[in-house]
Amino acid sequence: MTRPILIRGGRVIDPSRKGDGVADVYLQEGRVAAVGTNITGEDGARVIDAAGKVVAPGLIDLHVHLREPGQEDLETVATGAMAAAAGGFTAVCAMPNTDPVLDNQGAIGFVISQAQKAGKARVYPIGTISLGQKGEKLAEMGELVGAGAVAVSDDGKPVMSSHLMRTALEYAKTFGIPVADHCEDMGLAHGGAMHEGIVATRLGLKGIPAAAEEIMVARDIILAELTGGHVHLCHMSTRGSVSLIRRAKEMGLRVTAEATPHHFTLTHAACEGYNTNAKMNPPLREDLDREAIRQGLKDGTIDVIATDHAPHHYDAKEREFDDAPNGILGLETAFGLAVTELVEPGVLSLPELLFRMSTHPARIFNLPGGTLAVGAPADVVVLDPAARWSVDPSTFYSKSRNTPFGGRMLTGRCDLTIVRGRVVYDRAGG
Amino acid sequence: MGVLLSAGLSLGKDLLGLEYLSAEQIRLILDTAEPFKEVSERPIKKTPALRGKTIVNLFFEASTRTRISFEFAEKRLSADTVNVASTGSSVSKGETLVDTARNLEAMRIDMVVIRHPSSGSADFLAQRIRSNVVNAGDGTHEHPTQGLLDLLTLRDRFGKVEGLKVAICGDVLHSRVARSSIWGLRKLGAEVGVCGPFSLMPRDIGELGVREFTRIEDAIAWADALNVLRLQLERMTSGFIPSLREYNRVFGITSERLARAGKDIVVMHPGPMNRGVEIDSDVADGPFSVILPQVTNGVAVRMAVLYLLAGGMPDWQQQGGVE
Repeated sequence: MTRPILIRGGRVIDPSRKGDGVADVYLQEGRVAAVGTNITGEDGARVIDAAGKVVAPGLIDLHVHLREPGQEDLETVATGAMAAAAGGFTAVCAMPNTDPVLDNQGAIGFVISQAQKAGKARVYPIGTISLGQKGEKLAEMGELVGAGAVAVSDDGKPVMSSHLMRTALEYAKTFGIPVADHCEDMGLAHGGAMHEGIVATRLGLKGIPAAAEEIMVARDIILAELTGGHVHLCHMSTRGSVSLIRRAKEMGLRVTAEATPHHFTLTHAACEGYNTNAKMNPPLREDLDREAIRQGLKDGTIDVIATDHAPHHYDAKEREFDDAPNGILGLETAFGLAVTELVEPGVLSLPELLFRMSTHPARIFNLPGGTLAVGAPADVVVLDPAARWSVDPSTFYSKSRNTPFGGRMLTGRCDLTIVRGRVVYDRAGG
Repeated sequence: MGVLLSAGLSLGKDLLGLEYLSAEQIRLILDTAEPFKEVSERPIKKTPALRGKTIVNLFFEASTRTRISFEFAEKRLSADTVNVASTGSSVSKGETLVDTARNLEAMRIDMVVIRHPSSGSADFLAQRIRSNVVNAGDGTHEHPTQGLLDLLTLRDRFGKVEGLKVAICGDVLHSRVARSSIWGLRKLGAEVGVCGPFSLMPRDIGELGVREFTRIEDAIAWADALNVLRLQLERMTSGFIPSLREYNRVFGITSERLARAGKDIVVMHPGPMNRGVEIDSDVADGPFSVILPQVTNGVAVRMAVLYLLAGGMPDWQQQGGVE
């Protein structure tokens, strides 16, 4: 039996109940036992002083790449789950583009068992849409869900066949799970290395037009209307996508969307000097796109912040821009970037941010957590939203170091992470 | 040139692109090239300026003209040179660019001339080795010595570059020559136009301060000089244009089109030419063509660049690279 935990005197923000005030939180037997003032726990309970800090339901990331099985030199389920915990995440959803891909119940079960052994953040596997992620034949989604998959996605390999996407939405609807799509028209993106615009023109790099994303967003919205299925649009990057989603939501369609910290922080200017740590897919776009993403997060067009945590070995990024792999780490910088780029400039309040990083992700993927209601799982974080710190990739818990944010000053970080009532990360080392 | 050098002007450690140079640095190179033209006219084409320097010509992409031009420039400056081509070297065995660079560095070379199919590869190399790096063409980014030899050729013809109107015609999208040409001409005060089908124009090219033409006749009427880009045959198979035949009919530089303009005009081409596609033979071989003087100037400009970089070499530590 785990020792009870009493978190005392913090500003308790629970977006699930619109709660925001100084209180104590008592965790017992892996559950939230009480939230209130002057709680005295049992003798022997661990007491954590959270005065001046924020206590909230743990952050939930709907989009990470943990590289296991297949590329354990980049990340494992265990190191990824630890990096998540250090970033304030109590649960992450692992994309299936591993090697082999997560297209069968055995593979899903393997990831879950690795996560249990690690005992850090919870890891919910996402199964593939198609067998082998080949975009041809549906994976056995019923069995994937039975084994513990919480969604399906061919992330990284866009579903180009509209017929396959249609049947995926219909079939997944049967099991009540979302279909998460990486929206990219491969014919139009055609080997591009960064956003198509003035920076690509100057650098002589092949561009990926915004339209490559928007065409598939529009298609997915139309198919959501046709099927009544739940489409979840991954890592939205363009102003056009935001306006398409806004209209879809006005029509009442089951469309949800995520945006990454790098897309609300950086623009294609970050690629100057052929910086391969600014190479990702979808690419960093223009100022107006970044503004639209921020506006979308404010008005709810973009439902959640997800990191698209994508570990790569340092020497894979140490090469020609065209040949470097896409993607950056996200878990250990997400909260700091969100506070610095969204809360400090007044785009979101801290409770609104926590809604988009915890409560709402849990709701749209139908996951436990995201709330401090009594009886809810004791997945809780203590955050220091005022801490100023400089990003030092050498201290990351992730196995990889690929981030464009090294040396950047951020405000806001995680002090303590509790999963299932057990402290899995304590910055003070306690 | 002595005056400029004594004023402390140098190129820094590398020549990566004309975007990174000031007008003064570009003029310094052109002025330095003038006396080197004469070296190539001597019976014994040799000057001891780079004696004892070792230069590696690292060509990851097929090239005849640029590679030979660099090699002549190096040899006429008395440098020791080694040529490395991507086939038959460790590169074809999968060695990464950074490993190739480190190995060259370990052999204590002075300069690397690099031609590579990826944009940014010269910048990449320059950030990682102490030797001077000269970009001999990186992907679709820049080809600075080509841009410089075009400027020298224009200056020879017109006396100055400032105020000239130069139209760059053809496949600007895939052209490193076009980007270097645009930067060099703009910095020296020329007006620049681009002309070609929109499918071969890079996004937001207007933001580089160039004028866009869709009719080749309008570009010819406007320009004092044309820089005609090579149209690579694979642009047709990859769907950027419907056919080479139509390209020649709509955008080709023909003697009829030049005659209709009724004025003297200078026609440049970076080579290799597709005769009958972007340029007709009677134009290439005709009175307005400066295509062979461009090649001659190429050697002088490359000698100037190598000479200036060698002179600037002790600066590399203070400069700490280019970016």
